[in-house]
Amino acid sequence: MTTLYTSDHEWLRIDGDVATIGITDYAQSQLGDVVFVELPKVGRTLKKAEPSAVVESVKAASDVYAPISGEVIEVNEAIVSEPALVNSDAGDKAWFFKLRIADQSELGGLMDEAAYKAHTA
Amino acid sequence: MLANETTLNRTPLYDLHVALGGKMVPFAGYEMPVQYAPGVLREHLHTRSSAGLFDVSHMGQIVLRAKSGKVEDAAIALERLVPQDILALAPGRQRYAQFTNDAGGLLDDLMVANFGDHLFLVVNAACKAADEAHLRDHLSETCVIEPLANRALIALQGPEAESVLTKFCAEAPSMRFMDAGPHRVAGYDCFVSRSGYTGEDGFELSVPADEVEDLAKQLLADGNVLPIGLGARDSLRLEAGLCLYGHDIDVTTTPVEAALEWSVQKSRRKGGARAGGFPGADRILAQFETGAPRRRVGLKPEGRAPVREGAPLFADATSSEQVGTVTSGGFGPSLNGPVAMGYLPSALAAVGTQVFAEVRSQRLPCRVSPTPFVPNTYKR
Repeated sequence: MTTLYTSDHEWLRIDGDVATIGITDYAQSQLGDVVFVELPKVGRTLKKAEPSAVVESVKAASDVYAPISGEVIEVNEAIVSEPALVNSDAGDKAWFFKLRIADQSELGGLMDEAAYKAHTA
Repeated sequence: MLANETTLNRTPLYDLHVALGGKMVPFAGYEMPVQYAPGVLREHLHTRSSAGLFDVSHMGQIVLRAKSGKVEDAAIALERLVPQDILALAPGRQRYAQFTNDAGGLLDDLMVANFGDHLFLVVNAACKAADEAHLRDHLSETCVIEPLANRALIALQGPEAESVLTKFCAEAPSMRFMDAGPHRVAGYDCFVSRSGYTGEDGFELSVPADEVEDLAKQLLADGNVLPIGLGARDSLRLEAGLCLYGHDIDVTTTPVEAALEWSVQKSRRKGGARAGGFPGADRILAQFETGAPRRRVGLKPEGRAPVREGAPLFADATSSEQVGTVTSGGFGPSLNGPVAMGYLPSALAAVGTQVFAEVRSQRLPCRVSPTPFVPNTYKR
């Protein structure tokens, strides 16, 4: 399994034709305490860069954009019932949704961990 | 207003905010801390359970002094600009007021204190230059208007505010809500009022600018006190149902529409001893008789999603006709849920009425609710 990153601070864990998507620890630290999460419906087809989820802190609402195109096959209800999980475990347990990857070539534009670290440095 | 880092002002506590890890953001022309390391949620809850220290030095502090030397003359003069009874404000007492315009709208809201031989005004940062000009334009003949540029303003708020302040100011416990006057605090000459913007008991302290950092450090050395940023200040005042100028009230809202009738004393209303005589009195006093077409209300979204400023309001889940707008909204940490306020037609403004806010193309049900959302704990 490889983990890739976007410049919008999302991570993607790639397992064959399925990508698990979340926001990075850096993103959660910038947002502050997450108090509400809205996820896409299972079965929805997302186009790359389309608003796909919403995270809200006390202060503000932020969109999470689909990092690649694909069909939503599973969402993480745990972060809907316990939004604070996004702050405590952004990189793992607080994944947002899983996509069936529509176009593998879109992965080519994403960063590896070293590049993402440089991006946030 | 295009403010960039080179044009932003700093309060006398800027260095302390940075040293304390404050995340600095532009606000009303100042670089202000929006939060510190604990974050908005914990800062909010700490203020409600213990005590929080806020820097509000960006706000305007103005002395209004009658040329006659009599505070009564300054009070009578100020009554030409506000619908409040200032003449009846006793020495050592403070009152909430608004500057009105000829259409009955609000130019700013402010605090007015009677300091015995003059009045002391605290106005919003974004309005302070205009307020000062407004006072000069209308009151210069009889009054001297003196902005106090060399004073900082801090607020100590929360259930432990009294016990903390008492260590530095023995008179603190004898003050009750809206008492105001000069006191020595940690040896510094301060103007202290028992008031605030959180719904909690607490104090606001006007402190000489070059002494405020030392006083703030002494207050923060108390284990009960944490520094609190503007983020929590906003969520605290929202839960307390208090208006934010430029959002919940502005030049288009009258005191009656804004549900601020309680702040207009009977003496200034129709039939009162000094009825009218302030800008927009005809419209405002008529609304006292007949009601206003719209009204500011508290709104509790029924789901978990925050409903924020600007969200349009509808009478039902499907109609295309917008009936109102949310003017403040977000997540209330003490309520552990979303909370908002906004304007609705008077027919829809009764407590318990269900309306719908549109957020990301979804109609979210909201209930008109009494304010404050969180009971206030003032020491009356």
